[in-house]
Amino acid sequence: MSEQTAALPKPPSLALRMLRAIALLRESPVGLIGAAIIAFWTIVALFAPLLAPYDPNATISPMLYPGQTDGQGNTFLLGTDHLGRDILSRIIYGSQRVLMLAPLATFCAYIVGIPMGLAAGYLRGKWDTVLSFVTNVILSFPVLVLYVIIIATVGASAANILVAITFASAPGIMRIVRGLVLDLRNREYVAAAQTRGESSLFIMFVEILPNARGPIIVDACLRLGYVIITIGVLGFLGLGLPPPDPDWGGMINETRQLAMTFPHMAVYPCIAISSLVLGFNLLADGLREISLRD
Amino acid sequence: MFLFVTRRFGSMVLTMLVVSLLLFLLLELQPGSVATKVLGPYSTDEQRQLWMEKHGYLDPLHVRYFRWLGDAVVGDFGQSTRFKVPVGEVLWPRLGNTAILGFFVLLVVVPLSLTLGVLAGMKEGSVLDRSISVTSILFTSIPEFASAVFLSAVFVFSLGWLPGTSGMSGGFRLEQLVLPVMVLVLYDFGYVARMTRASMAEVMMTNYIRTAVLKGLPYRMVILKHALRNALIAPFTVIMVQINWLLSGVIVVEFFFAYKGFGALLLEASLNQDIYLIEACAMVAVFVAVGTQVVADIGYTYLNPRIRFS
Repeated sequence: MSEQTAALPKPPSLALRMLRAIALLRESPVGLIGAAIIAFWTIVALFAPLLAPYDPNATISPMLYPGQTDGQGNTFLLGTDHLGRDILSRIIYGSQRVLMLAPLATFCAYIVGIPMGLAAGYLRGKWDTVLSFVTNVILSFPVLVLYVIIIATVGASAANILVAITFASAPGIMRIVRGLVLDLRNREYVAAAQTRGESSLFIMFVEILPNARGPIIVDACLRLGYVIITIGVLGFLGLGLPPPDPDWGGMINETRQLAMTFPHMAVYPCIAISSLVLGFNLLADGLREISLRD
Repeated sequence: MFLFVTRRFGSMVLTMLVVSLLLFLLLELQPGSVATKVLGPYSTDEQRQLWMEKHGYLDPLHVRYFRWLGDAVVGDFGQSTRFKVPVGEVLWPRLGNTAILGFFVLLVVVPLSLTLGVLAGMKEGSVLDRSISVTSILFTSIPEFASAVFLSAVFVFSLGWLPGTSGMSGGFRLEQLVLPVMVLVLYDFGYVARMTRASMAEVMMTNYIRTAVLKGLPYRMVILKHALRNALIAPFTVIMVQINWLLSGVIVVEFFFAYKGFGALLLEASLNQDIYLIEACAMVAVFVAVGTQVVADIGYTYLNPRIRFS
């Protein structure tokens, strides 16, 4: 490091900046509630082996209502399902799967969508024409129709679900990023970088992208919620990950036929999914509110 | 205006063509696997070979694509392997059922979400605004299958007021439509309401509204005569695009309530690898989606005086 830069005050560390970002959330009660819900499920997923009272795949006593105790003295807070598995333990372990797959799929979609949007918005011309057309074609499919056809054709596995979500979400991300870049590309710091002779790649990823992060983060929160719904819907339609490992959507699919007499089997996983999605949507709303205020 | 409409229709046709090509490549790239899907996994190699010869599957890919496309354009999608009848015979009645469902959904969603959106957007940041916003976030967070489970648990299993399935086996019954419509409305209204709110809030900040207030016009008049006209242009587009969303939503709802509609048909076709039916359903879905988009675009330019008179 040269002496000139050493004289400057050290920029705050990444951890400190993240702490400040979280502290900023205090200004939005709605966002705070969202963050709390997400934190709750993250803790549940991380400590699943400690929190779950039973093995999620073990057959213990079938068809018990919430709070019932079976002959061996096992109590089931949320009851058991048709195969005698503890619903609470399945929900706890199911959170691991959702919280692994959904952020990963969303992340992949951004890895594909962001460069597309940057290229279309900054380079314009042919890039824009081609990328926008591809985007329009993919977005012309009703999303779930696309998922159902793809997954039913290539088969359900974590990797295929990941690819399908990336394929279907990247165009939407591309559109948002493109719109942001169209606005930012005329800023002075971009002109300055162009004058310095920086490459297009440098300008797109180092000058423009960091300045577009606000709306992208809000969009990512919303999208994460939607991906969680998608994973749930696929499980619910019988196109999710294969049994027996607990999957929230799959739990609803397996037990909805019995809902007449045992509604709890489907209701609790539904509450779990809805609350997690709500967490992300509230957080997105809070973040948007804060970013608009500054 | 004429040029604009032509261009929009041109791009619609182009999109449909590309979609059809992608679909064809995804499902019919390998003739052998088509034969297996049509004849079933227990067919012999000889049978498959004969079938492929008879149906022209030994021709080059582009020949097969254009033949398939030509047939599809005139509505001949082939024979459904699942239902053992021409695809059209299952598809069109199912589509009609879904149209009925969609009609009732829009009948509720449009007035409900527009009213809520306008009320929330009239005074941005008010208690009413915040509560309407949070309510709509809450309802968009509950996936369709979850609200279907919740509503069934209450209205079917606890109260016993409504039927839990909507198979319409004994003729058309309005009460069987209540739950599917409710589920779709709950999921959809939040988004339209928020878009309306944003549009309304934007209009309320404009100078002509300030002028209208300052010249002493009653608040009711300001809203009804000045604000609404411009605030409702954007929601029109949103509602048209919402039809695209509705096509996704009906898959879940029709599956849950065993309603014999388009979404359930698409799912059944996909799960049974009934490729001709999948192709037909997908093309219809994209046609509806792209068509409503075009209507939305044309309607938007027509409704917006700044574009209409330029």
